[in-house]
Amino acid sequence: MHPLLKLVAQRLALGAGTLLVVSLLIFAGTQILPGDVAQAILGQSATPEAVAAIRRDLGLDRPAWVRYIDWLTGFLQGDLGTSLANRVPISEMIAGRLENTLFLAGVAAAIAVPIAITLGVIAARYRETWLDKTISIVTLSAISMPEFFIGYILIFVFAVKLFWAPSIASVFPGMSFLERVYAVSLPVATLSMVVIAHMMRMTRAAIINVMASPYIETAELKGLTRSRITLHHALPNALSPIINVVVINLAYLVVGVVVVEVVFVYPGMGQLMVDAVAKRDVPVVQATGIIFAATYVLLNLTADVLAILANPRIRHAR
Amino acid sequence: MRLRPSVVVGFAIIAVYVAAALLGPLLAPYGEAEVVGDVWEPFSALHPLGTDSLGRDMLSRLLWGASRTIGVALAATLLSFTIGMTLGYLAAVLGGWVDMILSRSIDTLMAIPTLIFALVVLAVLPPSVLILILVIAVLDSTRVFRLARAVAMDIVVMDFVEVARLRGERLGWIIFREVLPNTLPPLIAEFGLRFCFAFLFLSSLSFLGLGIQPPAADWGGMVRDNANAISFGLPIPLIPAAAIAILTIGVNLVVDWQLERSSIARRGA
Amino acid sequence: MGLLLQIRDLHIEALTEDGVWQEIVKGVSLELEPARVLGLIGESGAGKSTIGLAALGYARHGCRLARGSILLQGEELFGATPEKLRHIRGVRVCYVAQSAAAAFNPAHRLDDQVIEAAVQHNILSPAEARAEARRLYEKLRLPEPERFGRRYPHQVSGGQLQRAMTVMAMVPRPDLIVFDEPTTALDVTTQIEVLAAIKDAIADEGMAAIYITHDLALVAQMAHRILVLRNGLEIEVGPTERILEAPQEEYTRALVHVRRVQKPEKPRTGAPPLLEVRHVDAAYGAVPVLFDVSVGLEAARTVAVVGESGSGKSTLARVITGLLPPRAGEVLLDGTALPPALKQRSRDQLRRIQLIYQMPDVALNPRQKVEEIVGRVLSFYFGINGAERRREVERLLEEVELPAGFADRYPTELSGGQKQRICIARALAARPEVIICDEVTSALDVQVADAVLRLLLRLQEETGVAYLFITHDLATVKAIADDIVVMLEGRVVEQGLKSEILSPPHHPYTDLLLSSVPEMEVGWLDRVLRERAERKARGEAVMEAADR
Repeated sequence: MHPLLKLVAQRLALGAGTLLVVSLLIFAGTQILPGDVAQAILGQSATPEAVAAIRRDLGLDRPAWVRYIDWLTGFLQGDLGTSLANRVPISEMIAGRLENTLFLAGVAAAIAVPIAITLGVIAARYRETWLDKTISIVTLSAISMPEFFIGYILIFVFAVKLFWAPSIASVFPGMSFLERVYAVSLPVATLSMVVIAHMMRMTRAAIINVMASPYIETAELKGLTRSRITLHHALPNALSPIINVVVINLAYLVVGVVVVEVVFVYPGMGQLMVDAVAKRDVPVVQATGIIFAATYVLLNLTADVLAILANPRIRHAR
Repeated sequence: MRLRPSVVVGFAIIAVYVAAALLGPLLAPYGEAEVVGDVWEPFSALHPLGTDSLGRDMLSRLLWGASRTIGVALAATLLSFTIGMTLGYLAAVLGGWVDMILSRSIDTLMAIPTLIFALVVLAVLPPSVLILILVIAVLDSTRVFRLARAVAMDIVVMDFVEVARLRGERLGWIIFREVLPNTLPPLIAEFGLRFCFAFLFLSSLSFLGLGIQPPAADWGGMVRDNANAISFGLPIPLIPAAAIAILTIGVNLVVDWQLERSSIARRGA
Repeated sequence: MGLLLQIRDLHIEALTEDGVWQEIVKGVSLELEPARVLGLIGESGAGKSTIGLAALGYARHGCRLARGSILLQGEELFGATPEKLRHIRGVRVCYVAQSAAAAFNPAHRLDDQVIEAAVQHNILSPAEARAEARRLYEKLRLPEPERFGRRYPHQVSGGQLQRAMTVMAMVPRPDLIVFDEPTTALDVTTQIEVLAAIKDAIADEGMAAIYITHDLALVAQMAHRILVLRNGLEIEVGPTERILEAPQEEYTRALVHVRRVQKPEKPRTGAPPLLEVRHVDAAYGAVPVLFDVSVGLEAARTVAVVGESGSGKSTLARVITGLLPPRAGEVLLDGTALPPALKQRSRDQLRRIQLIYQMPDVALNPRQKVEEIVGRVLSFYFGINGAERRREVERLLEEVELPAGFADRYPTELSGGQKQRICIARALAARPEVIICDEVTSALDVQVADAVLRLLLRLQEETGVAYLFITHDLATVKAIADDIVVMLEGRVVEQGLKSEILSPPHHPYTDLLLSSVPEMEVGWLDRVLRERAERKARGEAVMEAADR
C-alpha cells in the first residue's frame, strides 16, 4: 500500500480509538464523585424517595460499565437519553440548537480565516516595521481578553449606544439567511476577534520560520524575484503549518462558542450545556459534552491528516 | 539590558497586580460582602468605582477579588507545572515504554477540550476552591507536559547527558543537575502563558456561574453579577472584565519578550 | 581580456549578540581571471564563505558589506541596487552551498529547481534548460540521468544532491561559480569522484571558479592559484605550485608542512588483551549494524578503528560502553565478561572504560563550571570532596596543559581545543584503563587537533592507558596508531599492525580508502584517477565508491 494511504488510515484508526476513549472519559467524568452521585445532584433536597427516583432514572443500580455500553450504543443509534430536568428526549432538545451553534461557528470561521491569514502574511512580509509591531500589540491584547469582555464591550458600543446591532442574538426558525447573519453579528464579531488574533500570530510565526530556511537563501542567490520566492518557494512549505494553525483554531472556536452563547443569550449548544451543568442534568451534560468533544477530536484529526497530505516527503516517498 | 517600553509596561502591570493580590484585603475600604449603597451608583468620592448590583463597593470587591482570583490561578499553575514537569522529564529521560504510555495517555486527555471536560466534571462535583484548583491544574498539566518533554528531549540527546549516564549517575541527578538547568528559559515563558490561561479560564468558569461561588468576590463572577447593567447603558461589568484583561496583557508582554530572548540565545549557540 | 572579478579592500561586518557591528573580514583583495580557478583556504571562522558570498554581492542575515569594491567584469557590485544584483545572481555568478540537502526546496522536483535560474532569467526556454540539465547530469556521473531530474530532494543521496547543486549552478552558463566547501560533508571515497567530476565540468565549459575549503591538499587539486585567509585577513596569495613548494609566510608554511606527530609503532607484547570484543553482532531494533566483530586492545597501546559513514565504528563504541547491548558475542575487560547493558554494570566497571566525544560543545554541560564537570568524577568514583577535590582538579588541568584558573570557568568561555582538553581531563579523572576516543579531533582545526593528539600520546606514556581511537581520518591513524582495524558496513575488513595494514597487498576497500585521501601534491587527483583506470583496464579488482 502506498505509504501515504497507510499513514492516513493509521491516523483515522487512531482518531476512532481516541473518540472511544473520549466518550469513556466523558462518561467517567460524571461518575467520579466519591460518594453518591444522586445525593450530590439533589444536594439539599435529598429525601430518600427523591434519591431513589434519581437512582432509578440514571440506572445507578447497574454496574458502571454496563451503563456505559448502554449509553454508547444508544448514542450511536441516535438515542441520546432523556433530560433529568424536563423529561424531554435530549435529541429533540439538541436538534435546533446544534444547528444554531454550527451556524455561529461557521460564519465566524468564514470571516476569521481569510482575514487572519492575510494579516499574518502581511505581518511576516513587513516584519519589524511599525505595521508589524502595531498588529502585534493589537493581537496580543485581543488574545489576552476573555471573550465575555470583548462581547460586552461590543454590546455596549454597538448595541446600546449606537443601535447598530441587536444585543441579544435571538434566532428562530423561519428567519432568512441575512436576518440570521444580522442577529448574530455581534457574537460572530466577538468570536472572530479572538480567533483572528491567535491565527494571525501563528501564521506569521510559521511564515517567518519558513523564510529562514536555507532553500530560501538559495533562491535569493539565484536572483529570483521577491514574489517568486514567496509564492513558489515559501508558500508550498508554509501550507502545512498554516493548515495546522487554521484547524487548531477552528477547534478552539468550538469551545469559545460556549461563553459567547451565554453572553449573547444565543439558543445554541453551549448555552444548553452550561444550563445543564448548573442544573446538574447529567444526561444532558454527557450528551452535549460528547458532541463538543467529538467535534474537537474530528477537527484535530483533520488537521493531522491534512498535514500528512501536505508534506511532500511523504507524498513522494523513496 | 535595554528593555522595550512594552516590556516595562508589562512588568509594571504585574507589579501593581501582585501588590493588589497581597495587600488587597488590607487596603479595601469596605468588606467584600458589605452592602454600603444603592444599586449601580455612579463613581463618587465615597465609591471611586461605583457600586455593584447589590450595592456593594466595587473597588473593595475588586481588591478582595484580586487575591482570590490571582491566588487560585497561581496555585493551579504551580500545581500544573509540578505535575507536568515531573512527568515530562521522566518521559524524556526514561524514554521507552514509560514515554510511550505517558505520551499516549496525555495525548488522549488533551483530545478533550479543557472547558468541556471542566464542565462535565463540575456537573457532579461541588465547586469548592480546592476542586477548581485541581481541575484546572490537571487539565493544564497536559500542555506543560508536552513542552517540558519536548525541551527535555532536546537536552537529553546531548552528549553531556550520555556522559552522566555512562558514569552511572542516578535518574535524580540526571534530571535535576543535568537536564533541568538547561531547560529553564522556555519553561519560564510557558509559566507566564499557563498562568494567563488558568486566570482566564477561571474567570470564564466564574462568569458561567460554575467557578468561585458568591458571595466571595471574584472578577469573573463580578462580570456575571453585573451583566445586566449593560442593557441600561451602564458599562459596569466592563470594570472587572478590564481588570482581568489588563493583567493578562501585562503577563503576555513579558512572556513575548522572554520567548524572544530564549530563541535568540538558542540560535546564537 | 580583463579581470573577471576584482575585489579591493573588502570589509565585512557581523552583528554580535550585544548589537555591536564587528569586523569579520578586514580588508581583503583578490583577483580572478576568466576560466581560472582560485582556491580560498583558511580555518573555520577565517571568513571564506563570507567573501565567497560577497562575490554575488550578498551578505547573510546579520552581516553587512561595510566598505570596499567588488568589480564583476568592471561593474561595481558594492552598493548596487537589489534589481541589479538580481540580474547578476544566477546569471553571471552562481553559488554552490556547503549543505546541498538544506539548499534544495523539499516541495519541488530537482529539475524544477535546477533549471529555475536559467528559465526565470530568460536565458533558456524550459525545454532547452531541461536538455542542458540532462547533459550535465550525465557529465557529473549521476545515476539514470534521463530520470534523475524528476526526483525530489529527499529521494536522493547526499553526494548526488551535491552534484545536482553543481548542475544547478552550471545550467545558466555563468562566468563564475563559487563553490563553498562542496565535498566537506561527503565520505572520502565519494569525495574523490565528485571532485573529478566538478573539475572536468568547469574546465570543459570554460567557467571561472572560486573554490572554498579548509583542506589545502584538496584545493591543490582544483585551483590554479591559492589565497590563504586567516581571521579575515589575507595571509598569502600565489600560484598553487609556488604555495605548496615555497610558501613564504609562516602560517602558510604551517599549513603546508603540517607537522604531524608521528608515533613509532609499538609492538605487541603478547600479554592477554585488556579489552576484548568477541564475535559481536549488534542491531538497532530490526536493523543489523555489526556482524561478527572481534577486536583486541592491550594496555598502553592504541588501536585505531577506521571506516566511513555506516561502517559501524561508533556503534562498536556503544556496544563496548554498554549503551547498546549486543545480540551476540561479548565484551571482556581484563578477562572478565562485562554485563552487556549499562544498567547491569558496577560503578567500578563503568569507571575503567571512559569515552571522549567528537563535539566538545555538546559534551560539556554549559551550566556547570569546569570544577564541577571534572570534580564530579572524583566525588562519584572516589569520594574525594572539598579542598582536596579542588586540588586534584587543578592538577588534572595542568596535566592537560590548561591553567588552574580554568576551574572556575564555564564551557562557553573556552575555545574548541580547550573544551576538548577538559573532556580529556574529565576522562582522566576516573583513572581509567581504557579510553575510547570517538572522532575526538575531527571537529578541530588541523593544528589544534595535532596538539590534542600529542597530549593524548603523552598521557598514554605517563599513565599506560589504552586507547581505542575511532576515526575516519587516515592521517590521524598514520600518526598515532599501533594497530589498525578497518571497518566497512558493520564488518571488520582487515586488522593488524599499522605497518602491515598500510603496506600492500591491501584488501580492495583498504586500498580505496588509502588512495582516496588527498595528498599535498599538485596533480594528485589526475594521477590517482589515471592509476585506477589503468588497473581496471588490466582487469584488476578495483573497488569504487559506488560499489560500497
